[in-house]
Amino acid sequence: MSPGDLRGCPGRSRRTTLHPGAWWLWAVSLGTAATRTTNPLLLGLLIAASGYVVATHRSPAPWARSYTAFVKLALAVLLVRVVFAVALGSPIPGTHTLLTLPEIPLPHWAQGIRLGGRVTAEAVVFAAYDGLKLATLLVCVGAANALASPTRLLKSLPGALYETGVAVVVALTFAPHLIADVQRLRAARRLRGRPDRGVRGLLQVGLPVLEGALERSVALAAAMESRGYGRTAEVPARVRRTTAALTLGGLLGVCAGTYGMLTAEGGSYGLPVLLAGVAAALAGLRLGGRRSLRTRYRPDPWGPRAWLVTGSGAAVAALLTLASVRDPQALHPGVVPLVAPALPLWPAAAVLLALLPALVPREHP
Amino acid sequence: MIRFEDVSVTYEGAAEPVVAGVDFEVPEGELVLLAGPSGVGKSTVLGAVSGLVPHFTGGTLRGRVTVAGRDTRTHQPRHLADVVGTVGQDPLAHFVTDTVEDELAYGMESLGLAPEVMRRRVEETLDLLGLAGLRDRPIATLSGGQRQRVAIGSVLTPHPQVLVLDEPTSALDPAAAEEVLAVLQRLVHDLGTTVLMAEHRLERVIQYADRVVLLPGPGEPPVVGAPAEVMAVSPVFPPVVDLGRLAGWSPLPLTVRDARRRAAGLRARLSARAETGSVATATAAGPVTATAGGEAAVAAGRRASGAARVGTGGAPSGGGAVPAPASGHSLGRPRHGAPDVPSPRRSLFRRRPAAAPAPRRPPIADVRSLSLHRDRVRALRHVNLTVAPGETIALMGRNGAGKSTLLSSLVGLLAPTAGSVTVGGLTPHRTPPPTLVREVGLVPQDPRDLLYTDTVAEECTAADRDAGAAPGTCRALVSGLLPGIADDTHPRDLSEGQCLALALAVVLTARPPLLLLDEPTRGLDYAAKARLVAVLRGLAAEGHAIVLATHDVELAAELAHRVVLLAEGEVIADGPTAEIVVSSPSFAPQVTKILAPQRWLTVAEVRKALA
Repeated sequence: MSPGDLRGCPGRSRRTTLHPGAWWLWAVSLGTAATRTTNPLLLGLLIAASGYVVATHRSPAPWARSYTAFVKLALAVLLVRVVFAVALGSPIPGTHTLLTLPEIPLPHWAQGIRLGGRVTAEAVVFAAYDGLKLATLLVCVGAANALASPTRLLKSLPGALYETGVAVVVALTFAPHLIADVQRLRAARRLRGRPDRGVRGLLQVGLPVLEGALERSVALAAAMESRGYGRTAEVPARVRRTTAALTLGGLLGVCAGTYGMLTAEGGSYGLPVLLAGVAAALAGLRLGGRRSLRTRYRPDPWGPRAWLVTGSGAAVAALLTLASVRDPQALHPGVVPLVAPALPLWPAAAVLLALLPALVPREHP
Repeated sequence: MIRFEDVSVTYEGAAEPVVAGVDFEVPEGELVLLAGPSGVGKSTVLGAVSGLVPHFTGGTLRGRVTVAGRDTRTHQPRHLADVVGTVGQDPLAHFVTDTVEDELAYGMESLGLAPEVMRRRVEETLDLLGLAGLRDRPIATLSGGQRQRVAIGSVLTPHPQVLVLDEPTSALDPAAAEEVLAVLQRLVHDLGTTVLMAEHRLERVIQYADRVVLLPGPGEPPVVGAPAEVMAVSPVFPPVVDLGRLAGWSPLPLTVRDARRRAAGLRARLSARAETGSVATATAAGPVTATAGGEAAVAAGRRASGAARVGTGGAPSGGGAVPAPASGHSLGRPRHGAPDVPSPRRSLFRRRPAAAPAPRRPPIADVRSLSLHRDRVRALRHVNLTVAPGETIALMGRNGAGKSTLLSSLVGLLAPTAGSVTVGGLTPHRTPPPTLVREVGLVPQDPRDLLYTDTVAEECTAADRDAGAAPGTCRALVSGLLPGIADDTHPRDLSEGQCLALALAVVLTARPPLLLLDEPTRGLDYAAKARLVAVLRGLAAEGHAIVLATHDVELAAELAHRVVLLAEGEVIADGPTAEIVVSSPSFAPQVTKILAPQRWLTVAEVRKALA
């Protein structure tokens, strides 16, 4: 690979890169929208819209390839859900029998579980709708991964959490490195004349792979150490103590507040305690940031385009939530009796708002 | 700037200190080279400067190391990060972020520099190291040389006063290495940076060093002095010094330029010898080829006790285009069942096909218009290559030119996108591994990949089983290549050279007629390299075809009959070593440059001619 080869490669320039948080918010909003409906037409529309935006805006980086993996995972989830409904039966009453599987009689104590038996069209359709909802959620997460690396998102963490963030990121890269190692060592097995496929092959390279991964982790730790990772500023003891008190107190407040919110008798004090706890914890984080010397290199700006992307996602989520309240029939097509799902017009139009980011000029013309 | 005061380091569990009596000072703004054979503790000395030894590695450090006035006993590595920049042997282990630009900024972020300063320095460093075109690239997609430059850049951005580098050019092609060294020199000259580096390839770096710290042996105190003085006593030295010692020049020349200015007398002596014919093979028409051929033939003859053939092998009739393993391989392995071919063999694609009779033996490997895509990048395009028995081919070219990809396709690790690869009549990527190992063996870039078990003996038993060879075959090979290695040694405790020898033995157990080596000299010192050269020569004489991908021009000059140059996945030159390397400024070995216009490749040839 020479620089010459790369000119044609659609690189992404930092100057024009969208804030990774915008993509994640957009994707999470689409996921939220997906949980509001089981209408396969709307869900399909959501998948198509997110897929289109990924196709136009994804980066050439290796992590962007994870989209395909997520799509495959989503398909698997859908399939498993349907297979379960077929094999284990479903509480959905139905009249349209598709086929009858031989039912396996289960002992008395396993009452309520059924293996085999009548498979109704209603049950299958219900399972498919449900599975599709989950699959859409997964595809949305995959889209976020493809559009913005989680590493870049972690860069936007507050200073006090940065070092933890780096540790998390390093841990995250452990897995891809491990996979690369396995591939390399399986190739090496081939060089020794052993079959490079099969489970046994995988097991035999296990130990060398782990050894190699550990060695690399130690080497990385040494490199990070010698590059100044973990340097802290001297802060007065008073500030340190205040930080600890605020953080601990804040977290306790959050716990107590949540408990109060959830229990019946704590309705009066729950919310204020929760809010106070959150505020104290945030203050603690902010103060803790003083210990960190770090500065940020070219933080991603949050510009109008980021607003547009986030806004489009939020609009879809809000409109579908509204629609699910206003018109639950259209968003949850009935399965008993079985009817063909209709495309509700204005919710569908709302979903199309998710396509707005595709109109944002591509980062690298 | 760096001061060692009677330092010795003992690692936990070791009886003897790794280094002892280290006592020297590196003044500000000097480039100091740390030299010595493998395993004398060069990395330990470097680690002591950055504080990683002993804070990170454990062990006991006696004495005192101070860097810019800071004592490493009281300063953690992270608190030395603003004065010392360290790049280890493996650049991949060094990276924390995933794009080039972020990586360059990482160190500065840790030190808390102001954003505008970071911005300026990143841009400067991108230009300084020629990385501007790669700034947004994920590091995972870079080639070896690019990674090395990013690693150096990432420690340069905090503007450290001291730069510590462990083998910075070992993985690089000659041009990239010169680029990196030019950058280092610029830092020393313009910014007053102090540089301490360890490097095995002295021929690349010795000329830039202000002083040399030589560690002659494990636990022995270092010898410090001017490069020429130290080289006079050093057990490791580049070819230019070897030639200087041979010719008795004093002070020793360290650069090709110095040597050339003194070489007039030597050149005259050499041409006089050639004319009087005291060396039968050094004919005026092509001393190099003939000599190389003669040497190979001598080796072949010795091996096969066919001394009578040496004369015929050493004087190829066709003007010296064909290297001379001809006489050697005819005695070689009967695997392919070909009868002895008494006349010198010629390949089809030589420049003078008219003079060459059609080869009677089929080539071992045949690559026809091979194209290969890897991750949507075209790694190889329309590559043609034929490997004949007994032939040694050096694949050379930039980092990322496709050398490793070509080797991988020859062992079937990668399937061709278009074109065909045939090895011993088989299609490698469709052949089951147990069959394929008997046709072709590859020693990968990191030979440790091939080793799985806990002891050398187990490794050998496994190799015999894998290859279906008689028990003891591998162990016999190991003893031949690596005398005095105990059965119960753990492969991870072996030095680079020993590991390579063990991996080579494992691969050779199946007796493949075609042997591939990917960067075999990486991390080897001169002694280990010389042993490797002797071993490979012997194998070639036995009829093994050898293909090596290498950046080491000296190795190619010593071993290869043919050099194939790759660039951007295409073959740009293919011909006898002498023709290809002599005509290329970056691939010519030092001896060739010094003695031009006469065509000599190695000191060994010169020594023999003078004898």
